Amino acid sequence: MNGKHIGWIVLLLIGLVAPFVVYPVLVMKILCFALFACAFNLLLGYTGLLSFGHAAFLGSAGYICGYAMQGLGLSPELGLLAGSAGAAVLGFIFGSLAIRRAGIYFAMITLALAQLVFFLALQFPFTGGEDGMQGIPRGRLFGLIDLADTMNMYFFVLAVFLFGFWVIDRAIDSPFGQVLKAIRENEPRAISLGYDVDRYKLLAFVLSAALAGLAGATKTLVFQLASLTDVHWHMSGEVVLMTLLGGVGTVFGPIVGATIVVSLQNYGAELGQWVTVLTGVIFVVCVLAFRRGVVGEVALLIKRSGIRP
Amino acid sequence: MKRKILGSAVAAAVAFAPAFTQAATTVSDGAVKLGVLTDMSGTYSDLAGPGTVEATKMAVEDFIAKEKPDFKIEVISADHQNKADISANKAREWFDTQKVDTIVDLVTTSTALAVMKVANEKNRISLVSGAGSTPITNEQCNDTTVHWTYDTYSLPVGTAKAVVKQGGKNWYFITADYAFGHSLEKNTSEVVTKSGGKVLGSVRHPFPGSDFSSFLLSAQASGAQVIGLANAGADTINSIKQAKEFGITPKQSLAGLLMFISDVHSLGLEATAGMYLTTGFYWDYNDETRTWSKRYFEKMKRMPTMVQAGNYSSVYHYLKAVKAAGTDEAKAVMAKMREMPVNDFFAKNGKVRADGRMVHDMYLAQVKKPSESKYPWDYYHIREVIKGEDAFIPLAESKCPLVKK
Repeated sequence: MNGKHIGWIVLLLIGLVAPFVVYPVLVMKILCFALFACAFNLLLGYTGLLSFGHAAFLGSAGYICGYAMQGLGLSPELGLLAGSAGAAVLGFIFGSLAIRRAGIYFAMITLALAQLVFFLALQFPFTGGEDGMQGIPRGRLFGLIDLADTMNMYFFVLAVFLFGFWVIDRAIDSPFGQVLKAIRENEPRAISLGYDVDRYKLLAFVLSAALAGLAGATKTLVFQLASLTDVHWHMSGEVVLMTLLGGVGTVFGPIVGATIVVSLQNYGAELGQWVTVLTGVIFVVCVLAFRRGVVGEVALLIKRSGIRP
Repeated sequence: MKRKILGSAVAAAVAFAPAFTQAATTVSDGAVKLGVLTDMSGTYSDLAGPGTVEATKMAVEDFIAKEKPDFKIEVISADHQNKADISANKAREWFDTQKVDTIVDLVTTSTALAVMKVANEKNRISLVSGAGSTPITNEQCNDTTVHWTYDTYSLPVGTAKAVVKQGGKNWYFITADYAFGHSLEKNTSEVVTKSGGKVLGSVRHPFPGSDFSSFLLSAQASGAQVIGLANAGADTINSIKQAKEFGITPKQSLAGLLMFISDVHSLGLEATAGMYLTTGFYWDYNDETRTWSKRYFEKMKRMPTMVQAGNYSSVYHYLKAVKAAGTDEAKAVMAKMREMPVNDFFAKNGKVRADGRMVHDMYLAQVKKPSESKYPWDYYHIREVIKGEDAFIPLAESKCPLVKK
């Protein structure tokens, strides 16, 4: 039993107990953003690609899922599938263009493409523009389980999250993940070893986009709405914040980061105008003092103290 | 469930024993709890935000002092950061765990629509003052929402009618290129043509925009008397500033189709002098509005916008309805809110319609020249009172399914 197994067990326990302690809808929101941040971390933490356009995948999957449920009357599992598939296709297009460049140019290309998606979301009639897509039904899972019930919805979201997280965890541990890490550490060397780096990058990008889409589609089901907030570039920034706060390149970091940011937004809401200031201060402190993020620092402490879990 | 039974029991008691309607009010969870959900930190915090929280508290204090209710009233507030998901989440949480009965303000339409849906599902009331989109009382209407202060039909339509009547026959539009801007332009053009004016053309600018020079120049070249600004917020502010720089005003006049006194305050009279706009409230209109607004000014050091004043009015009317209904059950309170006319400093004989629209008079204002402004916040000439029935979409044209035709 290693540290990661313990992490999984703790995660599962928290997931099962949380809705009875904390307000369940908030936990669902945290789970959606945690999945989103984990998907982003796959790219930033493990492949070394900083995408600044991930909101496009989150948001467009939300719209696609919303349209599938509301306009076409599909069941929730098909809605999620449609959303993730849409995001994957979009990810393929973004990825094919963006991976040709590295560093800041890569980030800027993804940002520019994401702005295009924002423009489309604003203009297409079916998205409802500024008003957003509202009143999306949650439907019945597999035609049987009524998701309008909060607890049913919660455990469904938990299952989706665990599935997504498992996929990411598997990908990181697999030979594919090793290649990604090799690319992150030294791209020319990975090329010289004979790896087709672009293909690996593209695959990682598409996987990350699809999972971000899964998170977005799930979020749409939870809140029964899809709005411009999720395609706006602020959201792309927020996910960077979540990942950095929690610990970039750590498996559990993004979950912790998402929990902190979402809770802050939620509980901070009652502090009025101070939320944004508080988030900013926390970010600055984190970048200056805990550069590895919460989980990264804790892992380092454990390592230094010599405890072998 | 308990709340529902209690509610209907009270409703039944009220219905069958009219002699006892003045008996103790039964409120769920020991208090009537109001949640102010607004933008405390972003773009709209000036026109709503902390000011609406204060206005809500004032309404509660005044109500307690004047009507001496036999129930407790509490107010809580939160910043929705203009995000629909945060609002929906907060609203759900408030209803489920904080026992909030009614959510007020809801600036930004996407947040209002999201909260309206949740509130309706949980049988609670939303009093919308900050948001303006017409779907709130049309396609997306429901029976526990009241849309109080203004909408994107009443503002441009009032302005257009009046401006054409005052001689501004030829119009040209600068329109924000998205659904909101398009509908603003469409609504206004129809009124301009109907009132005997002419639309010479329009130009669309990307949203959000910062450089309006080419759009302003084509508006200038059109030779139109009136340039209609079918945009909102920062876009409107930027286009007004640049129109001044290009010397378009005062030769041609601008008509702001969605403007608040807070916008005029931040732009200054230099840039806005002569502009026409429609408002649901002006602090310096009569003694009643002045008395209230000065009290508000004491606390906030700013004069209230129509959203803040309207919010006070909606909360006060709601509390009166709770008292009259003898319960805080949503349907019973809504019935009372529709039944009783709204009479306060904000509205005279205002009426809540079946589609949730509160119909009241609007005012056509023209911004004063700097030389005409005698004291701080002395910004408007009220040129005309637009009767409620002319200001809002007629019930017969409403797309709300609740309206029986």
